[in-house]
Amino acid sequence: MPGRNAMHSKIPIPEQDPVKRRSNFDEVTIGYTPEMAVKEAGRCLQCRIPSCVAGCPVHVPIPQFIKAIKEGDFKKAIDAIKEANFLPAVCGRVCPQEDQCENNCALGKKGEPVAIGRLERFAADHGMKSGHTDIQRLAEPTGKKVAIIGSGPAGLTCAFDLVRLGHRITIFEALHEAGGVLFYGIPEFRLPKKIVLHEINTLREMGVEIVNNAVVGRLIAVDEIMNEFDACFIGTGAGLPKFIGIEGENLNGVYSANEFLTRANLMRAYAFPEYDTPIKKGQRVAVVGGGNVAVDAVRTALRLGAKEAMIIYRRSEAEMPARNEEIHHAKKEGVRFEFLTNPIRIIGKDGGVKAVECVRMELGEPDPSGRRRPVPKKDSAFQIPADIVIVAIGTRANPLLPQSTDKLGLNKKGYIIADKETGQTSREGLYAGGDIVTGAATVISAMGAGRKAARAINEYLKSKSSDKIVMPNPESVILNQVLNQVQDL
Amino acid sequence: MAKILEKRLIRSPDVFYYKIDAPLISKKAGPGQFVIIRLHEKGERIPLSLADINPEEETISLIVMAVGKTTSEMSTYKAGDEILDLCGPLGQPTHIEEVGRVILIGGGFGVAPLYPIARAFRSVGNGVITIMGARSKDLLIYEAEMHYVSDKVIITTDDGSRGTKGVVTTALKQELEQNGADLVMAVGPAVMMRSVCETTRLFTVKTVVSLNPVMVDGTGMCGGCRVLVAGQSRFACTDGPDFDGHQVDWDILMNRQKSYLDEEKESFDAWKKRHAL
Ligand SMILES: Cc1cc2nc3c(=O)[nH]c(=O)nc-3n(C[C@H](O)[C@H](O)[C@H](O)COP(=O)(O)OP(=O)(O)OC[C@H]3O[C@@H](n4cnc5c(N)ncnc54)[C@H](O)[C@@H]3O)c2cc1C
Ligand SMILES: Cc1cc2nc3c(=O)[nH]c(=O)nc-3n(C[C@H](O)[C@H](O)[C@H](O)COP(=O)(O)OP(=O)(O)OC[C@H]3O[C@@H](n4cnc5c(N)ncnc54)[C@H](O)[C@@H]3O)c2cc1C
Ligand code: SF4
Ligand code: SF4
Ligand code: FES
Repeated sequence: MPGRNAMHSKIPIPEQDPVKRRSNFDEVTIGYTPEMAVKEAGRCLQCRIPSCVAGCPVHVPIPQFIKAIKEGDFKKAIDAIKEANFLPAVCGRVCPQEDQCENNCALGKKGEPVAIGRLERFAADHGMKSGHTDIQRLAEPTGKKVAIIGSGPAGLTCAFDLVRLGHRITIFEALHEAGGVLFYGIPEFRLPKKIVLHEINTLREMGVEIVNNAVVGRLIAVDEIMNEFDACFIGTGAGLPKFIGIEGENLNGVYSANEFLTRANLMRAYAFPEYDTPIKKGQRVAVVGGGNVAVDAVRTALRLGAKEAMIIYRRSEAEMPARNEEIHHAKKEGVRFEFLTNPIRIIGKDGGVKAVECVRMELGEPDPSGRRRPVPKKDSAFQIPADIVIVAIGTRANPLLPQSTDKLGLNKKGYIIADKETGQTSREGLYAGGDIVTGAATVISAMGAGRKAARAINEYLKSKSSDKIVMPNPESVILNQVLNQVQDL
Repeated sequence: MAKILEKRLIRSPDVFYYKIDAPLISKKAGPGQFVIIRLHEKGERIPLSLADINPEEETISLIVMAVGKTTSEMSTYKAGDEILDLCGPLGQPTHIEEVGRVILIGGGFGVAPLYPIARAFRSVGNGVITIMGARSKDLLIYEAEMHYVSDKVIITTDDGSRGTKGVVTTALKQELEQNGADLVMAVGPAVMMRSVCETTRLFTVKTVVSLNPVMVDGTGMCGGCRVLVAGQSRFACTDGPDFDGHQVDWDILMNRQKSYLDEEKESFDAWKKRHAL
């Protein structure tokens, strides 16, 4: 008989020891064993009207898959999840469950909600390990071609849904690896790259072509794509890093979080000099910001060997947008937090960083987001010694693609204007979704947008009576040659 | 994968010319743009300017000076070998228009991108004067080629072994005093570009420079290539590489280029050791 406490709290997930893990890049959480998963699944009440599902942006059939786990039918569990979510191993790890599915769980009223994320991860990992094939049944080829720009969660999901419907899909990706933020941003210790690679391989096996090193707007224009393909989805993310705009930000040793994490993840600089890309390791690392990106950067710095790694955040802990679990992990690993603190200047020495000058903040009146606005306290300036500063205060829309595309409606901030339900942009046949539409958000919301657009694109393709007549022009001949080469590989 | 079709040593022992199979890039690239290459799975991404663009042949050319680990490793690649990743064209093409008399100044590997730039300026009706400098005559590269695309080529060497004795800015000053210019463009090491800008400032001639900060992605995503131009932070890979030289904060650029000196040395030494050099 489970005790009262056991019913009220989640089965804990095994983790690497904090002292050990702060110096390696292996995954922090180890995952449930089958016994633990079955036990945790047993906590679910199997609500007739499952409020948890409403909290999930892609409506994973939560009670159904949890029931399957409880009954020990792990294959049935993963099959049920995959109907709704193409990247469960990713989402189980990185979704902010406390704001989504688990936030709505009936059990959460009295104790801890069901560990939906951990169970989802368990089912996905188990599926991957037992090698049961992920390749879904494909519809008859429709002869329609769809181009997808960007291979982040939005683009991958859109590709997955459309290829299953029989359309021919080509993804254009600027970088040499696919996955977007899943590959270059979120670190190995939170999302192992082999998981991302596995999912991308699945897509390839389903017939999706991925053209890497293809920067749309430079190598090919959206207009040319629209000539060659029957429809196109833009999922290019919000990758342009913001800087604070304070003195000293161009000193050596000041990084955007994007650069720091790209060097570490995409380029594997943590294994320098075995891998060629260098990274400044730093003894005392200060990260400015309070989101997932800041927490990822600070924990990466720690693992690269920093003696002290700290977060400088202008609001208080309660306002930190990062996932609770990651804040908790960071604390255990020894990350220092300076809340209600804002940098005003970076002080240099011999071209590098010596210290960050900060002011203390207090919370004033609520701002438009409903959070209390931090205001500087008078005469509170002080210095924090540091040799590396990482700026993680958010990103903006990268203007490269929009600037090179005619008649694409953009909002004031440079994000693409697209219909919430369909992803339809200002141009016929051109759709968009994910961070390039909403601004920096979450993996699952980008996936949701990719899915909605896929549905709309399919409707659009069905409604088009016949193939458009494409005038062969020399460039499209070349483009086709390149695409054919890619296919041959 | 991109195949090397041709490779030549153009200046012993360390400057190489590569012709690379690149059907789509060659159709799209303009003068002044660059590519980013990654040699193999463990390689870093390094930017290299386009030294020639040949859409009929579907090739691009690169001129690479072996200065560290990656460029030295590339110097061991031969015709027939493949480069794992070739990404481009990147950056904005050089703005080409008819202005009259254009002086182009190249130093080091900076001479490479000048070739397609000179050809483009000339093709729209400009008079093109190229000034190339080196320490001594053996270090000059691409001289014959530059004659081919320029109306006049002025050579300077520090030791006077060829052309005028002195540095490029001496020749530039003389040329500006005698014949004037409507536009000056300099490509090469930052110190050289800076002194060109100091010279042209006295003559109030518009001066374009092609900046070469350390880069990673080349798509505007990392901000590592940021430079301060007219007091504003700009990304050289997407906003540049060309900027108004009179507005560039050279101290910041030169300091940031030195970011990884220690690591570069460590990586190069380890490579040399493995290759018993
Ligand atoms: C460090 C970090 C940690 C995060 N942690 C979490 C988390 O724990 N949980 C969570 O839910 N969310 C997290 N996020 C947010 C989440 O990753 C993003 O919201 C999500 O990835 C957005 O997906 P996307 O498909 O819109 O774009 P992205 O993932 O940004 O992918 C866009 C892709 O498009 C490519 N691209 C861009 N321009 C072009 C072009 N012109 N031509 C061709 N390709 C192009 C890019 O190279 C990239 O691969 C995190 C983000 C970061 C940076
Ligand atoms: C837009 C752009 C275009 C370029 N075009 C060319 C080209 O056409 N041909 C060519 O040979 N090189 C070019 N470079 C420079 C080239 O990218 C570097 O030489 C290369 O990254 C060095 O790598 P490495 O590992 O061999 O040497 P490293 O070990 O990284 O560096 C060795 C030495 O080279 C210097 N160096 C490093 N990076 C740069 C840089 N970005 N610019 C200038 N010097 C640097 C360093 O001071 C160091 O002392 C270009 C750089 C940029 C940004
Ligand atoms: S996808 Fe995310 S929000 Fe949906 S059930 Fe899974 S963990 Fe929860
Ligand atoms: S709300 Fe909670 S208890 Fe109810 S079905 Fe969903 S997960 Fe189970
Ligand atoms: S190289 Fe990364 S933004 Fe320019």
